[in-house]
Amino acid sequence: MMRKLLEKYPVTSTAILFLLWIILYTALQLLADAAVALAGLPQGAHLTEAVRFFVFEVPKVLLLLTLIVFAVGIIRSYFSPERTRKMLGGKKLFAGNVLASLLGVVTPFCSCSAIPLFLGFVESGIPLGVTFSFLIAAPMINEVALVLLFGLFGWKTALLYMSTGLLIAMVSGYIIGILKLEKYVEPWVYETKAGHSELAEEKILFPERISAGFDAVVEIVSKVWIYIVIGIAVGAGIHGYVPENFMAGIMGKGAWWSVPVAVLIGVPMYSNAAGIIPIVQALLEKGASLGTVLAFMMAVIGLSLPETIILKKVLKLPLIFAFVGIVAAGIIIVGYIFNFVYS
Amino acid sequence: MNIKVLGSGCMNCQTLEKRTYTALQELQIDATVEKVQDYQKIASYGIMRTPGLVIDEKVALAGYVPTVEKLKEVLLAHRNA
Repeated sequence: MMRKLLEKYPVTSTAILFLLWIILYTALQLLADAAVALAGLPQGAHLTEAVRFFVFEVPKVLLLLTLIVFAVGIIRSYFSPERTRKMLGGKKLFAGNVLASLLGVVTPFCSCSAIPLFLGFVESGIPLGVTFSFLIAAPMINEVALVLLFGLFGWKTALLYMSTGLLIAMVSGYIIGILKLEKYVEPWVYETKAGHSELAEEKILFPERISAGFDAVVEIVSKVWIYIVIGIAVGAGIHGYVPENFMAGIMGKGAWWSVPVAVLIGVPMYSNAAGIIPIVQALLEKGASLGTVLAFMMAVIGLSLPETIILKKVLKLPLIFAFVGIVAAGIIIVGYIFNFVYS
Repeated sequence: MNIKVLGSGCMNCQTLEKRTYTALQELQIDATVEKVQDYQKIASYGIMRTPGLVIDEKVALAGYVPTVEKLKEVLLAHRNA
C-alpha cells in the first residue's frame, strides 16, 4: 500500500513521511528514557546506562540512516559510472584526481563492480592515477560511514573524516599517476575492447528519483541494520563496563606507535562501517585518541582485503602493494595530524 | 530467446539469475540462460556495473537487481519488439 501511495503522490507522501521522521527524531530521548523507566532498572547502574545508550542510539542511527540514504539515493540517481567516465575524460592529472575523488563519493558504486568499472575507465583512456582516486574515494566515503560518524561522533568528526578521506584519495591517486605504474596492469586490460550500450542515457523523471531514494533505503537499511544493532550493543557494553581510560595506554596519544599499529590491524580487518564505528566510538570514550581511532576506521573501511583481492585480477602485485602502501601511509599521516591537533 | 546474466558470481548476480528463471517460468517463455563471468566479455557489452542482463545480445539492464515484475516487463517488451 505504501508503494502505491508513493507512486501516486510521490512528493506529498514523502513530505508526510519526512514530518513523521522529524516528530519521531525529536521524541527519541523521551522514548528512550521512558523505556528505561518502564523496565524498572536502577538509576546509575552500569546495566542501566548500557541499556539507555542502546535504546537511544539504535533508533537514532537508524532514523538518520534512513534519511541520509534516501537523500543520497536521490543524488546518486543523477550520476552513473557512464556519466562519471564522460566527465573524467580528457582531464589532466591532479584536476582529474580531484574530480574523480569527488565523483567517487556520489557515483553509485559497489565493490563487486570494481573490475568492470576499472576496465571501463582505463579502456576509455582515463589515466590510472585518476581511476585510483575514484576507487579509493568510493568505498572510503560512503553514506553509512558518514551517518554513523555524524550520529555517534558529531558533525565535526564526520566532516573531518570526509575531507581527509577525500584528500587521501586525491593525493594517493596523484602519486600513483606520477609513478607511472601502468606496466603493472595486467596486459589483457588494455586489450579489452569495451562495447557501448545505449542503456546509460535514459531520461529519469523526478518521481522516479524519489522512488530510487526509497529503493536505496530498503536495500541499504535491510543490509546494514543488523550490524548497527550488534555494533551499538557491543559499544553499549564497552560504554557501561569498560573502565575509564582503559584504552589510553593502547590507543592514546602517548603511544606514538598506536597509529601505525591501528592501521596495520585495520587493513586486513573486513567489517563494514556499520559494525565498526559504534565500537570505535566507545573506545574513544575510554581514552583512545581521535587520530588513532580515525586511522583505524579509515583502514578498516577504505582498505579492505576482499576488495584488494578482487583488484588482483587486473593489477599485478607491485601495483597492489603501491596502492595499499600509499593509501595506508596517507591514513597514518592523517592519524598523526589529528592526534597532534587535538592534543 | 537467449539470455545472459553478466557478473562475477557475487550475490547480486545469483539473485538476478534466480529471478530470471522465475520470470521466464511465470511467463512461460522458452529461453536459454547463460552466465557470463569473464570480465573481458562483460566489458564487451559496454556495462560498468554488474549485474547485467543481456537478451539476444542486447543489454536490457545493468547495475541493479530488478524485481521479478520488472524482469517480466523487460522480457515481454523484448519479445514484443
